Amino acid sequence: MAADEKYGILIDYEWCTGCHSCEMACKVELGLKEGEGYGIKLHEDGPTLMPNGKYEYLYLPIPTSLCDLCAARTEMGKLPTCVHHCQAACMTYGKVSELAEKAAAKPKQCLFVPC
Amino acid sequence: MIGNELEGVNKEVYKTDWQWQEGEYTVTRTNMWTAPGCHNGCSVLYYTKDGKVEKIEGDPLSPYNQGRLCMRCLDYCETANHPDRLKYPLKRVGERGENKWERISWDEAYDTIVEHVRDIQENFGPECIVSMQGTGRNICWQTPYLSYSAFNSPNFVLGFLSGDACYLPRTTIGHCFMGDFMVADISQHLERRFNDPEYKLPEYILIVGNNPLVSNGDGFFGHWIVDAMKEGTKLIVLDPSATWLATKAEHWLRVRPGTDAAVILAMLNVIINEDLYDHDFVENWCYGFEELTERVQEYPPEKAAKIAWIEPEQIVEAARAFAKADPAAIQWGLKVDQTVCGIPLAHGLLSMAAICGDIDVPGGCMIPRCAYDISDSYGCGLWNVSDEMMQKMLGVETSPLHALGFDPTANGDTVLQAIETDEPYPIKMLFIQSTNPIANMAADAPRVYNAMRKVPFNVVVDVFMTPTAVACADIILPCGMSSERNSGRVWWWPLRSIVKVNEYYECKSDEQIILELGKRLEPELFPWEDDVELMSWWIQSGNRFHAGWPAKTDETFDELKEKVIDWPNDWAYKKYEKGMLRDDGEPGFNTNSGKCELYLTLFEAWGFDPLPYYEEPPESPISTPELFEEYPLVLTTGARTWEYFHSEERQVPRLRESHPDPLTDLHPDLAAELGVVAGDWVWVENMRGKCKQRVRINASLHPKVVRSEHGWWFPEREAAEPTLFGVFDSNINNLTVQGVTGPTLYGAPYANQICKVYPVTAENDASMSEVITTKGGN
Repeated sequence: MAADEKYGILIDYEWCTGCHSCEMACKVELGLKEGEGYGIKLHEDGPTLMPNGKYEYLYLPIPTSLCDLCAARTEMGKLPTCVHHCQAACMTYGKVSELAEKAAAKPKQCLFVPC
Repeated sequence: MIGNELEGVNKEVYKTDWQWQEGEYTVTRTNMWTAPGCHNGCSVLYYTKDGKVEKIEGDPLSPYNQGRLCMRCLDYCETANHPDRLKYPLKRVGERGENKWERISWDEAYDTIVEHVRDIQENFGPECIVSMQGTGRNICWQTPYLSYSAFNSPNFVLGFLSGDACYLPRTTIGHCFMGDFMVADISQHLERRFNDPEYKLPEYILIVGNNPLVSNGDGFFGHWIVDAMKEGTKLIVLDPSATWLATKAEHWLRVRPGTDAAVILAMLNVIINEDLYDHDFVENWCYGFEELTERVQEYPPEKAAKIAWIEPEQIVEAARAFAKADPAAIQWGLKVDQTVCGIPLAHGLLSMAAICGDIDVPGGCMIPRCAYDISDSYGCGLWNVSDEMMQKMLGVETSPLHALGFDPTANGDTVLQAIETDEPYPIKMLFIQSTNPIANMAADAPRVYNAMRKVPFNVVVDVFMTPTAVACADIILPCGMSSERNSGRVWWWPLRSIVKVNEYYECKSDEQIILELGKRLEPELFPWEDDVELMSWWIQSGNRFHAGWPAKTDETFDELKEKVIDWPNDWAYKKYEKGMLRDDGEPGFNTNSGKCELYLTLFEAWGFDPLPYYEEPPESPISTPELFEEYPLVLTTGARTWEYFHSEERQVPRLRESHPDPLTDLHPDLAAELGVVAGDWVWVENMRGKCKQRVRINASLHPKVVRSEHGWWFPEREAAEPTLFGVFDSNINNLTVQGVTGPTLYGAPYANQICKVYPVTAENDASMSEVITTKGGN
């Protein structure tokens, strides 16, 4: 495995509850004030009535171009702040190749490689 | 799986010490609990530099929240350093409502308060002083102790909360039913969490009357449910809207607001008639099964389904799933209390937990008490009130439950009447500690606004200037936020430290305020040197109310500070088998019969219905069909938001950015009928009043059900009247009612009203704040 292998964030969106903790943790870490945008932004779809008569409610946070995967934090041995504070504990930080294996093992996941 | 994460934490960075240095920062490992308001008590790391909290992070080594935090805690520094925070004691210099204040010293503030208290005590009687607090602030025991011990008044009350409709109906009926309370067991009392060999995951959790992921009510970290779901726990959800949890549930029952009791009684009907109950537990530990069996025959699923606007099969299937689950837990919330039949609904839920054998088993409905039996409740200091004075508590004449003091508070509706009528005696002073009733918890907010202004002397203790303070305060005391106080958190288990790491201008903690004020009024009842000594007393305050379990401690505040989180070693399940619950030390429950009272012997003695029942909301399509023609929609209120704790945080820029406006949910068909789209402003109106909010489309609602937010005021608008921060502009409590409760005085219909909705236009637009403050109420 190459030493400079890329890192990413795997989101198990089956469990994302839409709590916005990733958004706020990131804004605080990047020092983004109100109106200055997001480093990761939550997107919502639902509740939607599906053909089977059940409602589906989906959330997914998407890292923006401001995301540097918390380089300063990871350098000192901490997790990216969104991953650390995620209330549903549905975000994983790691090497892309390892995350890709995890993504293949369970449906409803999304792998981001922001930078 | 929770319990395992802790092993993966980088111990080079995250330490088990209570304090260490990380570069230029001092890191303090402690816990967070208010201000800002919250029902949790999560573990945090404060990063301080030069006397200021610069960063906050969740403590990943805490078994409580495992590093996780909500957006309000994450944005703590923006709130705590907000330029609009109250910084000094203030006295009013203009008329009430003019928002004219003068900075004064703490000595002058205390002297003024003491002067008024002495005058009222001598000339009118201590009972004419009413102390009140809101919910979710760290003052549960502090304000009561001040009221009972310094003011000598029995009148401590939860703001003007009608029907005491938050938690107290559930705790009170829990005491009558089994002498205790019940909480869904997600292993939160076990340090090793899911890894504890005694723990078993719930097969099913029944969620009723709350959306716990957002509300985190009653010291319950809502996302623990997600932790359990990942391991296979299934859900039954009763909710008018498809919350995220409801969409993940095996059984989602979209009940008409206020009809949950009918559904629960029908579930009991199915469980009993299909013989799905736990015979052993019923035979050995329940009292009144035959009477319950007879009662539930009145509630066949077909009848309840018709009442609740759902299908009978949904009730039958949910009942079977719950009864067959081993174990099953119930996560019950505020909306259980917010109907006139809050008491019988809670009674029905307790009965279901009992007959299915889920009481106090791992992963079921465990019986909690505060760690070390700490005196953490509204009864703290009640022992300093004389029997004669207790008889003067407002509400005891009407309600024997209040008289018996299970949950010793005065009754909010009765306090309001006393202010309005001067009967049975006039109210001369309000001590308003961390509550903003006209923006939040008071039903019929304009009526309460009038009443509060009638009281001659009012003190407000808070973090920001509020509409309540502008409208009626004479003295304002600035209180500290969580990082500015030495305190503790125990509701329920484990015991957690709250350690002061910084100061903010002249703000004092609630502990300091009650201690300094108490010392001036009744020094012998406030013998502590400082807040640290006071907190050691609190930690050691156990076993005033229970014999035996849990054992009290002699730990000091400084010892707790170093432990950070303290897990007592005497947690146990099935305590009723072990003689841990009754005051006489015998096995059984702490009730007259020693059993879970499906048939309540106390209620029988008092002349209340001793069995669970359903009562239609006082205004509804069925109760008031003619009124429903004019107001043809069912209105539920109070759904929580991620950004705000009730009426707090509207002035915090990053939180407001995420949720700028008050929202009312409409079904798309209803929106089309009204000619409105998402984002439009609409009037929500009924017989009592109206407010305006913005439309959000919610396809999961019944087309006749509307869901409006509460707690809205606008700190960016003019503080002085007639604007008064726009407190009545979008206030859903312009529509709710005060003084309509269950027969016990518990339970009020906040969340099951009727209304009509129509677009705001240039012609009909108005500021309800201006209308109400100018006309003086409705």
